[in-house]
Amino acid sequence: MKDVDDKFLKNIETEFPLREELRPRRVTTPDGQEIEIEPLKDYFCEAAPKVHPKAYIPIVEDFYNWARANSLWILGFGTGCGAIEMRPLMTPRFDAYRYGIQWRPTPRQANLLMISGYLSVKTLKRAIRAYEQMQGPKYVVGLGSCTINGGMYWDSYNTIKRLDQYLPVDLYIAGCMPRPEALLAGFMELKKLIKAGKGEGANKYAENFATYKANQKSVIKDWDMPDYNW
Amino acid sequence: MTFEWIQIPYALLTLFIILNYGLLMTAVVRKLAARVGGRPGIPVYQNYIDLVKNFALRSKISHGVMYYLGPVFRLTGGIGLILFVPTIYGSSWAQNFAFAGDLVLALYFVFFGTLGMALGAGESGHPHSAIGVSRGLSQVTMAELPLALAVYAIAVQYQTLSITEIVAAQQGGLFNWTLFTNPLAVVAAMFAFVGTMMRSPFDVVLAPQEIPIGPPTEYHSAYLALMQTNRAIFPIAKTIIYMNLFFGGATSWAEFAIKAFLLYMIPAVIGVVHPRFRVEQSIRFFLKWGLPVGVLAILTV
Repeated sequence: MKDVDDKFLKNIETEFPLREELRPRRVTTPDGQEIEIEPLKDYFCEAAPKVHPKAYIPIVEDFYNWARANSLWILGFGTGCGAIEMRPLMTPRFDAYRYGIQWRPTPRQANLLMISGYLSVKTLKRAIRAYEQMQGPKYVVGLGSCTINGGMYWDSYNTIKRLDQYLPVDLYIAGCMPRPEALLAGFMELKKLIKAGKGEGANKYAENFATYKANQKSVIKDWDMPDYNW
Repeated sequence: MTFEWIQIPYALLTLFIILNYGLLMTAVVRKLAARVGGRPGIPVYQNYIDLVKNFALRSKISHGVMYYLGPVFRLTGGIGLILFVPTIYGSSWAQNFAFAGDLVLALYFVFFGTLGMALGAGESGHPHSAIGVSRGLSQVTMAELPLALAVYAIAVQYQTLSITEIVAAQQGGLFNWTLFTNPLAVVAAMFAFVGTMMRSPFDVVLAPQEIPIGPPTEYHSAYLALMQTNRAIFPIAKTIIYMNLFFGGATSWAEFAIKAFLLYMIPAVIGVVHPRFRVEQSIRFFLKWGLPVGVLAILTV
């Protein structure tokens, strides 16, 4: 965390009060019942992520990896300018669908989180939630120099610099911005990684959970969610 | 209805053929839609890979018992529709478990999956699921009205509730088809067909660009794979019913493949050239156009 100045980091001593709607309280339901609600417990799961073992038989795992590589479902989560570069991939000129790459509108069904550019602290919180809701094995691709070292946002008071301190990144695509051709090349590279059995980001995240959470909490100032929200 | 044990493997074989046909055909139709947009589109075997991938995902989350049962009910709707309707007329083994009153059961199974999905998606707790399901139920209910009327019309016309007998009555030439003997009923039923195939202009329930993506928002991994299986089986099952009731049925697998493909292309072609209706617009559409034709079909039969 050397590249972050102190003003950027959260002041851990000061406690930030929970937002009004997240506090435990009694409410009256429409039919007149009085019930206790505790939003943080009711809406989120607090179970930590588990390390999921590979299939026992290697050839089965290879087959699964082949299927995973050829059916990459991207979460349509656009941050920064890279979201613009992803759109041409759905259109006739670059058509990524022919490589088995599809966009899904919900994190539950997606396997690939594209961080498409600079990530402000506010968006990081949402990106973490989206990532944790995805089902493993899941992959993260950082797009553009902003995710590698901060890029042109190096001095920003409000954006993170190295994405892989907060989420387990499988692959970076360099450029500012990388063109759609570079994205396609990156997807092909990711496919090779997955086929070789190296796309184990979800397990890496579970193994180093404490480190990732410490990093995330050191920058997110209003951490009003449990440590793990599926 | 006589039962023999050999019917079970025969029915499973029919199911297997229809599953593969459905997986391939939906991919071909997606490819055709992509070609309309000027794209190469997905490979024709993409559905198989997606299915394997979803089964191979390592983590799954449950929201409760009904959440488990939702996709199961959905699949039951598709499989039940196939099992109780004769697929190939005159075939000794593709009759499945057709019996004297199967038309009524088929009408029920068309709706069954949607109801099961409503329970499952409701328990997932996601607001998008609840909104999607309420949209889906209201739209499908309206779309089923003309179908129900058309089915009553042809039940009166042929004086039977057995699909096998309805197909038998249509044999012997093109002009014996219900399409020509009772065109009003067929038009009414086709409104329902286009309306329930989840294609544009009636796909506001599932469209990814609307509240993402409706009922299956929370479904993932093997649950989603079950629903994908049903997405392959159910449209073909529905097409089989339409083929049997209105288009002379099929006497061989080749005839089945051609007729099912052409029937499936009707909503597909309408879909690629028409923009999406909102729910209240599609309800109004069915009440304004589908329902009167259905009533006319009943009156004139």
